[in-house]
Amino acid sequence: MSLAGWMIMTASVAGMTVLFGWCIRKVFTLPDATRHLHSQSDIDPRDQE
Amino acid sequence: MASEKWGSKLGVILAVTGSAVGLGNFLRFPGVACANGGGAFMIPYIIAFILLGLPIAWVEWAMGRYGGKKGFSSAPGIFRAILGNDRGAQIGTLALIIPVVIYMYYISIESWCLGYAWKYWTGGMQEVVAEASLQAELAQPGLSAASSREAGIDAAQNYLLHFAGVIPEPGGQKSGNFRILRDFANGSLPFLAICFAANLFLIYRGINKGIEWFCRWAMPALLLCAVIVLARVLTLGTPNPELPDASIINGLGFMWNPVGHRLVEGRLVEVGFWEALATPQTWLAAAGQIFFSLSVGFGIIMTYASYTKDDDDIALSSLSAAAGNGFFEVALGGMIAIPAAFVFLGPETIISAGEKASSLSLGFLALPGVFEHMPAGHFFGGLFFFLLFIAAITSSLSMLQPAIAFLEEGLGLRRHAAVTLLGFITAIGTLFVSLISNGLTVLDHMDFWTANFCIFTLATVEVVFFAWVMGIDRGLEELAHGAEIRLPKALPFVLKYVTPAFLLVIFASWLSKEVFSNGPYVKALREDPLVQLTVGFIIGNYLFFAILVRIAVRRWRKNEGKPEVAA
Repeated sequence: MSLAGWMIMTASVAGMTVLFGWCIRKVFTLPDATRHLHSQSDIDPRDQE
Repeated sequence: MASEKWGSKLGVILAVTGSAVGLGNFLRFPGVACANGGGAFMIPYIIAFILLGLPIAWVEWAMGRYGGKKGFSSAPGIFRAILGNDRGAQIGTLALIIPVVIYMYYISIESWCLGYAWKYWTGGMQEVVAEASLQAELAQPGLSAASSREAGIDAAQNYLLHFAGVIPEPGGQKSGNFRILRDFANGSLPFLAICFAANLFLIYRGINKGIEWFCRWAMPALLLCAVIVLARVLTLGTPNPELPDASIINGLGFMWNPVGHRLVEGRLVEVGFWEALATPQTWLAAAGQIFFSLSVGFGIIMTYASYTKDDDDIALSSLSAAAGNGFFEVALGGMIAIPAAFVFLGPETIISAGEKASSLSLGFLALPGVFEHMPAGHFFGGLFFFLLFIAAITSSLSMLQPAIAFLEEGLGLRRHAAVTLLGFITAIGTLFVSLISNGLTVLDHMDFWTANFCIFTLATVEVVFFAWVMGIDRGLEELAHGAEIRLPKALPFVLKYVTPAFLLVIFASWLSKEVFSNGPYVKALREDPLVQLTVGFIIGNYLFFAILVRIAVRRWRKNEGKPEVAA
C-alpha cells in the first residue's frame, strides 16, 4: 500500500467518522424540539405592570 | 398535518439512515470505487456528496415537512401543495413508482442475503463452495490459476441463478417449466416469503411502532455485525505465508491506492490518478453512487420528512443521516469486501466479477470463495450476509412507505387495505422478476432504467421545484425553521445554479453514453423482447399509479370543496 493510499484511506475514513460522530453528539446533546415550546408560566406579560 | 409522527429525533435519523444504508454501501461502493480510480474516486465522490447528495437531501427534507404541514405525506400530495394546482400531483407520480419498482427486485436480493446467511449458519453453503473452491490455489500466478478463479465465479453465479430460480434452460427456454419452479421453491422462495411478510408486517404497524421501532434495534445491530466482520478482515494478516503479496495491507492498497484497475485481455492494467480523474465515467460513477447510496431522488425522504413535527430540526437530521450513510459506506463498506476478496481471490477475480454482474458480483459471486478460505469463514460468511440482510430490509421498508401513504391519503384506504393492495402489486412485480427473468436480465434492466433514468429525472424535478417553483427563499426558510445547525451561506447559490447544472451535465453524459451511443441496455431494448417487456412493465406501473393519482386528485378536490375538473 502506497503512502498516498494510506493518506486517502485515513482521511476518508476519519473524515466520515468525525462528521458522523459530530452529528450524533450534537443530536444527543440538544434538547428535544418540544422542549423549545414555552408553557404558559414561561410567558412574561410585561405590559401588565 | 400528517396524522402519524416520528417518536423522536433519533428515531427519524435512524430510519432515514436505515433507508439509505443498504446493499450499495457494502457491495456497490467498493466495487465502483475500485473500478474507477481506487482512492482517486474519493475526490469526485466527496464533491458529489457536497454539491449533489447533501443539497438534494435537504431539498427532500424541506419539501417533505412542508407537505406534512399541509396534511400530505405522499409525493403527489406534496408536489400538489407546493405547485398549488393539480398538475403537481401528476408530476409526483414518478416518486411513487420509483420506490415501488425498485422494491420489486430489491426484495429478491434481500431474500438471497437472508438465504445465504441461513445456509452459511446451517452448513448448506458447502455445495456452492465445493465447486467454487477451485480457488484453493487461487492465489497462484499463471493462466491456470486465472482460469480456476474464473471457473469459481461461474460456479458461484450458477448456484445463485439456481437459488434465485432464474437460470435459463440450455436451449434458452425459461418460463413455464417445472425445474425453474422447483429451484425457486427449494431455493429463495421461502426466504422471499419471510422478507415479504416482515416488510408488510412492519409497514402495517406504522411509522412509529413499525419502521422507527425496527430501525432502533436494526441499525445498532447492523453496526455491530459490520464492526465484527471488519475486525475479522483487518486481522487476516497474510493467511498463506507462501504468498506474501496476498496480505490484507495489499488488499487495502488495492482499494485505496489512487489508481484504478481494468482487465485488458485477461491482464490487469492500472489506471493512473490523473487519468482516472480526467475520465467522465469516474464522475458519472461517483454521482450515481451518491444518488443510489443516499437514496436521494427516490421520493422516500420526502415521505419520511412529512412525519416530522412542525418545530423539529430537519437540517441537522438530514446531515446526520447523510453522514451516517457515508460512515457505513466509506469507513465500513470500503474496508471489508475488496480487501478480503483481494487476499483470497486476487485482484483479477475482483475486477472480473465486477464485469460479470455489476454491484451484486462481489457479494454473491466472489465472497463465497473468500469465506470458504477464511478461518471461521462460515460463521463470518453468515454474519456478513445477515448484515446485508439487515441493511436491505431497513431500505426495502422505506420503499413501501411512499405508496402506503398515497393509498391512505389519496384513495382513503385503511391501513390493512393499503398494505394488502400494495403487497399484491409488489408480489406480482417480484414474481415477474423471479420467474420470467432469463438469468438476471429482468432484474438488471429494471435496475438500470429505474435506478438511473427515473432517479435522475426525479432529482432534477425536485431541485427545480425547490429552487425555482417553490422559491429558494421560501424553501430555505422551511429548511432553516427549527434548524439546530447554521446552513452554509453558499447554499442558495448551490441549490439554484450549481446542483441543477451538475445534475444536467451528469444526466446529459449518461444519455450520451448509454442512450445516444446505442449502449448495451438501449441495444437490448431494441432487440430483446424480454427487455421490452421489462420496460413495458415499468411503464405499465407508471400508468397504473397515474390513474390512481387522478382519482386521488378528484377526491382531494371534493374534500376541499372545489369543483371536480379534470386533473
